[in-house]
Amino acid sequence: MTDTPLFQYTLRLADTALILGHRLSEWVGYSPVIEEDLAFGNMGLDLIGQARALYTYAGEIEGKGRDEDALAYLRDVASYRNLLIVEQPNGDFTATMVRQFLYAAFAFPYFERLARGKDATLAAIAAKAVKEMAYHQRHAAEWTIRLGDGTEESHARAQGSLDELWPYTGEMFEVDAVERALIDAGVAVDPMGVRDTWEKTIGDVLAEATLTRPRDGTMQSGGRSGRHGEHLGHILADLQYMQRAYPGAAW
Amino acid sequence: MAALGSDLHERAFAAAASVCDPEIPVLGIADLGVLRDVRVVDGVAEAVITPTYSGCPAMNMIALEIELALEKAGFARHKVTTVLSPAWTTDWMTDAGKEKLRAYGIAPPAAKAGRRALFGEDKVACPHCGSSDTQRISEFGSTACKALWRCKACAEPFDYFKCI
Repeated sequence: MTDTPLFQYTLRLADTALILGHRLSEWVGYSPVIEEDLAFGNMGLDLIGQARALYTYAGEIEGKGRDEDALAYLRDVASYRNLLIVEQPNGDFTATMVRQFLYAAFAFPYFERLARGKDATLAAIAAKAVKEMAYHQRHAAEWTIRLGDGTEESHARAQGSLDELWPYTGEMFEVDAVERALIDAGVAVDPMGVRDTWEKTIGDVLAEATLTRPRDGTMQSGGRSGRHGEHLGHILADLQYMQRAYPGAAW
Repeated sequence: MAALGSDLHERAFAAAASVCDPEIPVLGIADLGVLRDVRVVDGVAEAVITPTYSGCPAMNMIALEIELALEKAGFARHKVTTVLSPAWTTDWMTDAGKEKLRAYGIAPPAAKAGRRALFGEDKVACPHCGSSDTQRISEFGSTACKALWRCKACAEPFDYFKCI
């Protein structure tokens, strides 16, 4: 077994979780209030925990002796398979919260389905992650409402963040040949199956937040085949520095 | 394999169960529902644990302490296995564990885990004075498994063990 569809699929899930977890960790020590500092730290920890389990499994599928660290620290930008939305810069507090909401509202029903999938390990990882993503959705939705339905300033910023991030939401629902085969086999989740749930969550929360759902225009795409924006390289430079400078360092 | 209830098995179980969550030093991992199984096979004592949250940083520490406890209990060969399925839930916490949490000043999970607990408003009693006139301050607390609350009756803040 080497570069199988199951390996690719598991890696995609792992990379998305790791990069979003890393982005959230960038807030630690800088958040506007201590409660949200804790929130970002805890949500980041959930995501990095999910990534660790997924990388470990990906390494087992591949069977070349790569462990979670090798997969996280020793692959370059073009080998990363995360969704583009998670590598977008944190921006201001509204941008990070809206991004978290858009992703969690997708990941929650997605993992719910993956937990019922035919691959026992992915199902087990998803069954844990689903509770975490539900909690992230709840937290990020509350903030999206508070910010959107807040002051003139917070409303304008939240709407601006939503407009900026919207073109990255289409990629969540893309299916390529790698995933199609796994979906047909009952292993992977067909993202179109959770689209209605996602739309309803987004619609309900944006309405309460007095925010306008952007129109679906041209959607950005490419993360799953390794075509990233410039941001990912900067993330990896930070994330991978120690293992690149001191290969095999452990403590 | 040492039979369930045999001296060997009981000794291994007691050793593993003596380990506490490093963040909540009054709560043993058996009370917490993290210790899923203990078995002795061909002289090797094996403890099976499951994480509370995917990223719980206490797991490495708990695994290390179990190995030390088994060593001290006389098992020269021992190992710790981590399983993810079935996913941990606060429903596995024992009543004794919940009482220990309350006595320590942490409000135990208030309801049965499920979608309602994840999205609904929790009704949480203050672990200090028992009043149910309480309010959530922050959805995240000092660890992934807790949220921050305060009591409006006695004015004390407290940790609440989230229901998942």
